[in-house]
Amino acid sequence: MGDTVAFMAADPARTTAPAPSVVLDTVPVTGWGRTAPTAARIVRPRSYAEAAALVRAGGTPGHRGHIARGLGRAYGDAAQNAGGSVLDMTGLDRVHAIDASGGTVLCDAGVSLHHLMEVLLPLGWFVPVTPGTRYVTVGGAIGADIHGKNHHVSGSFSRHVLALELLTADGEVRIVERGSELFDATAGGMGLTGIILTATVQLLPVETSFMSVDTERASDLDDLMARLTATDDRYRYSVAWIDLLARGTSMGRSVLTRGDHAPLDAVPPRARRAPLTFRPGQLPAAPAFVPEGLLGRTTVGLFNELWYRKAPASRVGQIQKLSTFFHPLDGVPHWNRVYGRGGFVQYQFVVGHGKEEALRHIVQRISERRCPSFLAVLKRFGDGDPGWLSFPVPGWTLALDIPANLPGLGSFLDELDEEVAAAGGRIYLAKDSRLRPELLSAMYPRLDEFRALRERLDPHGVFRSDLSRRLGL
Amino acid sequence: MKDAFGTPQSLLVLGGTSEIALATARRLVARRTRTVWLAGRPSPALDRAAAELRDMGADARTVAFDALDSEAHEVTLGKVFAEGDIDMVLMAFGILGDQARDEDEPLSAVRVAQTNYTGAVSAGLICARALQSQGHGSLVVLSSVAGERARRSNFIYGSSKAGLDAFAQGLGDALHGTGVHVMVVRPGFVRSKMTKGMAEAPMATTPEAVALAIETGLRRRSETVWVPGALRLVMSALRHVPRPVFRRLPV
Repeated sequence: MGDTVAFMAADPARTTAPAPSVVLDTVPVTGWGRTAPTAARIVRPRSYAEAAALVRAGGTPGHRGHIARGLGRAYGDAAQNAGGSVLDMTGLDRVHAIDASGGTVLCDAGVSLHHLMEVLLPLGWFVPVTPGTRYVTVGGAIGADIHGKNHHVSGSFSRHVLALELLTADGEVRIVERGSELFDATAGGMGLTGIILTATVQLLPVETSFMSVDTERASDLDDLMARLTATDDRYRYSVAWIDLLARGTSMGRSVLTRGDHAPLDAVPPRARRAPLTFRPGQLPAAPAFVPEGLLGRTTVGLFNELWYRKAPASRVGQIQKLSTFFHPLDGVPHWNRVYGRGGFVQYQFVVGHGKEEALRHIVQRISERRCPSFLAVLKRFGDGDPGWLSFPVPGWTLALDIPANLPGLGSFLDELDEEVAAAGGRIYLAKDSRLRPELLSAMYPRLDEFRALRERLDPHGVFRSDLSRRLGL
Repeated sequence: MKDAFGTPQSLLVLGGTSEIALATARRLVARRTRTVWLAGRPSPALDRAAAELRDMGADARTVAFDALDSEAHEVTLGKVFAEGDIDMVLMAFGILGDQARDEDEPLSAVRVAQTNYTGAVSAGLICARALQSQGHGSLVVLSSVAGERARRSNFIYGSSKAGLDAFAQGLGDALHGTGVHVMVVRPGFVRSKMTKGMAEAPMATTPEAVALAIETGLRRRSETVWVPGALRLVMSALRHVPRPVFRRLPV
């Protein structure tokens, strides 16, 4: 057993004979959206060897498989495994090596982007891609092949991963290099090809931990798309918050925030003394109990109105903290509780360039239906990514959150799925909790290859999740 | 697997010719349910019901199941669960009996009790265990307002539903935290073939309305559902009416 793991012995203590892993309990598990709880045995491996021993025991008849879980930020059922076990990988969270001159890091998959920022920023490096929260693990970032505000420039997260170590269904650890078949199946593979143990990531050099941000308002959807098309390439980071409750002539009115890492001479003199400090603020957590329906049409409508009006019509070069620009919601721990016990669904789709009409029609339908959504963002994607089930394709992506208890929401989103599929677009699996399996192969043309590879690599179904059961992945 | 709104992909109906169950199945199939098992005594009506669901695009199959034959439940239901995960079990079998006749013929009264209560106990426990080992699923139990307080006019049926109701509530508590959701549905008077020819009670409802309430209850993960919803208030008042007064009520 030690043989398979010895070569990556960054720390010899980790390859000692496996003691039984820490089994926490059988508990109901949900994603970040807090819908559809299912019970699984939570196991927290303390070493690679422990993880390998668990995987070897996984293919027996009657066993319902394993799925790796990081910080549980996937909105849907990607990191749930009803009746089986969920491997909490956050116990394996070491940063093994940093190449401070070349800008690469070798770390465990259980390391969060938050921790990487704490370690790397003082050295003048930043993660190549960050989503709207830094509380995701490196393993999760690869498994969901996440994207950020810089997708139009930098692509998805796994484009910056040079290699990873993957624990496959046979219990062996494979080194998977970028460009290989297994790499492309694993990037965006939702953890179903195996358990990512470590990754080597290429980093981005930065001079400061501040952002230089330009803000502008767009009066409607056409104005927004025109602005994004015309000037997105001037910015490394670009995203638009969109008011989906606005109707009529102001349908799709938005606030664009775009920017780049601030150079040293742009930050205020006081901050120049320690320009690379990373100190994100933290507000009190959302209460455990929030009444259902707090975020209805009235409150969200009011919020959206204020949010739009408070944004400057045009402001250039504002200096913001990194966390303010990238991760405003991380300031409120457990913010997902604000939707109450019923939870919420995230709906994110992408349609290609030339399908603006489909996007416009969907935005119109959402706005006419008055879906109370205050976290809706629109972004222009750059080139697609090599992962077989990677979400981004060149075009427009819209992400919105909706309280799950809204009557009729299920069939409404099913209808939107049809429109997305008809326009050649797709739904983001890391956020999905409700897609029907019928549309999946139209959305992801390489799905059959993915299934075939899984069949070959994992014939006994060691890796399974609620998502894979629901969609037949 | 159920989706974020609690809508199942696979459904097992116990009592496959129940109008409420079939209205529910139609509703769920129209949304996303693809596999439906209709369990019941083999009959042309059962086959017709399956054919209708197949026409809607579902993969509907029938399985021979007799509520009175508790000995066989383990094997019958075991086969269904062995074919794959069941996201939702709808326990819909039950008979109304004939109060006047049943009072004269204790054996036919016992039959009502065995069908509605003991049959549900064995089937319910077997399904609960299977759902628990798969770590997810909803067990929806069709109870009745008649079980809330026994009435002179149908206390044999009412008492069997009272037992079923208490059993399902307890089972729900036992399964709390296991990923399995137990929902007790208490409809009032439902216009169906079961109640054909009977005098309609106030606040009467339809199988379709019960189906809608079940779908909503799944979405909200409710533990108790009244159909219509106002019955919750009516019954909580009736529950406290003193016996001498209750006896004189025209219900």
